[in-house]
Amino acid sequence: MTALLQIQDLKTQFSTSSGTVKAVDGVTYDVEEGETVAVVGESGCGKSVTALSIMRLVAEPAGKIVGGKILFQDINLLDLDIEEMRNIRGKDIAMVFQEPMTSLNPVLTIGMQLMETLQQHLDVDETAAQARAVELLGLVGISDAERRLAQYPHNLSGGMRQRVMIAMALSCEPKLIIADEPTTALDVTIQAQILELMKDLTRRLGVALIIITHNLGVVARYANRVNVMYAGKIIERGNAREIYHNPKHPYTLGLLRSVPRLDQPRGERLVPIVGHPPDLTRLDGGCAFRPRCTFAVDRCAREIPPLVDVDGGHLSACWEHENVGLNVRKAS
Amino acid sequence: MVTTTVDDGSIEVTSSGRIKKFLIDFYRGHPLGAIGAGIVVVMLLAAIFADFITVYDPEQIDFESMLVPPNWAHPLGTDNYGRDILTRVIYGARTALTVGFVSAFVGSFIGLVLGVASAYFGGRFDLIFQRVMDVFLAFPLIILALAVVAVLGTGTENVIVAITIPFIPQCARVVRSSALAIREIPYVDAARACGFSDSRIILRHMVPNVMAPFLIMLTAFVGQAILLEASLSYLGLGVQEPVPAWGLMLQGGAEEYAESAPWIAIFPGLAITLGVFAFNLFGDALRDVLDPKLRSQQ
Repeated sequence: MTALLQIQDLKTQFSTSSGTVKAVDGVTYDVEEGETVAVVGESGCGKSVTALSIMRLVAEPAGKIVGGKILFQDINLLDLDIEEMRNIRGKDIAMVFQEPMTSLNPVLTIGMQLMETLQQHLDVDETAAQARAVELLGLVGISDAERRLAQYPHNLSGGMRQRVMIAMALSCEPKLIIADEPTTALDVTIQAQILELMKDLTRRLGVALIIITHNLGVVARYANRVNVMYAGKIIERGNAREIYHNPKHPYTLGLLRSVPRLDQPRGERLVPIVGHPPDLTRLDGGCAFRPRCTFAVDRCAREIPPLVDVDGGHLSACWEHENVGLNVRKAS
Repeated sequence: MVTTTVDDGSIEVTSSGRIKKFLIDFYRGHPLGAIGAGIVVVMLLAAIFADFITVYDPEQIDFESMLVPPNWAHPLGTDNYGRDILTRVIYGARTALTVGFVSAFVGSFIGLVLGVASAYFGGRFDLIFQRVMDVFLAFPLIILALAVVAVLGTGTENVIVAITIPFIPQCARVVRSSALAIREIPYVDAARACGFSDSRIILRHMVPNVMAPFLIMLTAFVGQAILLEASLSYLGLGVQEPVPAWGLMLQGGAEEYAESAPWIAIFPGLAITLGVFAFNLFGDALRDVLDPKLRSQQ
């Protein structure tokens, strides 16, 4: 059986006054049915643009998908016309945005916004939509759902709003939900609640989930597979456990070392990744991470390392991946 | 007024109580605005019930009582055709308000939708559309209205069209700048991600969010439209005799008899001034109430 979503060599570019930004540069990954896949990377690495490309919501005309395929249930989304794409958005593929405070329209009630999506995609009348809206709010753990339907977004806290966003995403029983940093704007205790809720619901309802995040803690706990992105490319892929305990790319290693861990000895210093992310308009013929990499060798400047299988399903795009692996073992 | 406190701390008030409270607060905070609103209401009532509150026919020529100065029978006097000035001022309110409201509503509503659409689509559409609007804005209001009247001819309907057209770019421009900010807020992208059509996103999701600047423009436009209608009528390009209109009453006989019978010009002139003044006062107060930035400074 083929995967639910297959992204093949996707390329999305933005033309700006200072040149063409290759925001997504040949990204390939797939998502199986019911699976949770994480896309990790720092700001500006192209992870959100990949998500927007799947929904075909890249801001035109500056941004453009210039190559590749996005196969959803074996249909290339890039071939669909606007009307067909509209029928997929919100129905088969739903999206949860980063900012729960601004992702709901302040002048419409919660009920109106929930029911609008239902009525857009499913052939339901007002009463049925309302009943479904109440059911959805119950599903995401909002009590007193009937009263909430008549309230406006400003009556709700950030966590509640994100729950409403999740309810909206789930409303038409999609096959895939893309969550773009769903917990970044929430405080830590609420983050855990929301992630548990998403994990629980996607598992129960059999919905595939793409979590886009820069938080490796989220990844370790909730994702089956992880794609690490850097400068518009996937540089490492594997199951969450492998990535976390046995990284094969210096960037992933750097990310892991720069966040505090509970199993770390007390007083140990965090190791930051030196330098800045590269200017995406000025990439050369070598590895984009080279200037910041402690493992870099001459070859890195000449050839871009391809993403290859290095350890039974664990892929890395690094010439020195063996060295990185040794380094990890030595440290632990 | 029934007030119930709900467990999340918000207070729900019955709608009639809320309106009453809003009116009292509005009067306390903006007494001038309230006076303006009062005059507007009086004008509206006069225009609607003109048939019942006047004794004379506004178009009835009466040669036996020409140029009568104000007295008990004719409180504001009569003009050179013996028509009662008070009656004509009251019926003139009907013409002024019809032209004012229709052209302000139509003009600002078209401007609203076009402005939001321009901001929503952005890119080349926005660029071209804005340049077209610039062309319209380059003409002074009265010149543009003159051009339209010259093409379409005079008469109440054509005056409405002539006044509506220059309002569209004015409103579109202001609304567009607000809508541009709203375009960047994630709920617009969220609506797109839900699969809604462009027209639905524009009308249902964006338009209600630019209501504050829109309402301010609208009230300002009514005042402007009344003044424009009076100007066009005065120039002979607007409403035609014998329809009672304030601008028309200032013309013709009024000039001729300015010294011997000044009441012919004074009262319609006062009506124009008062009408425009009232809408502007109300519009200013409305702006203060609707603009949260100004509100917090008080």
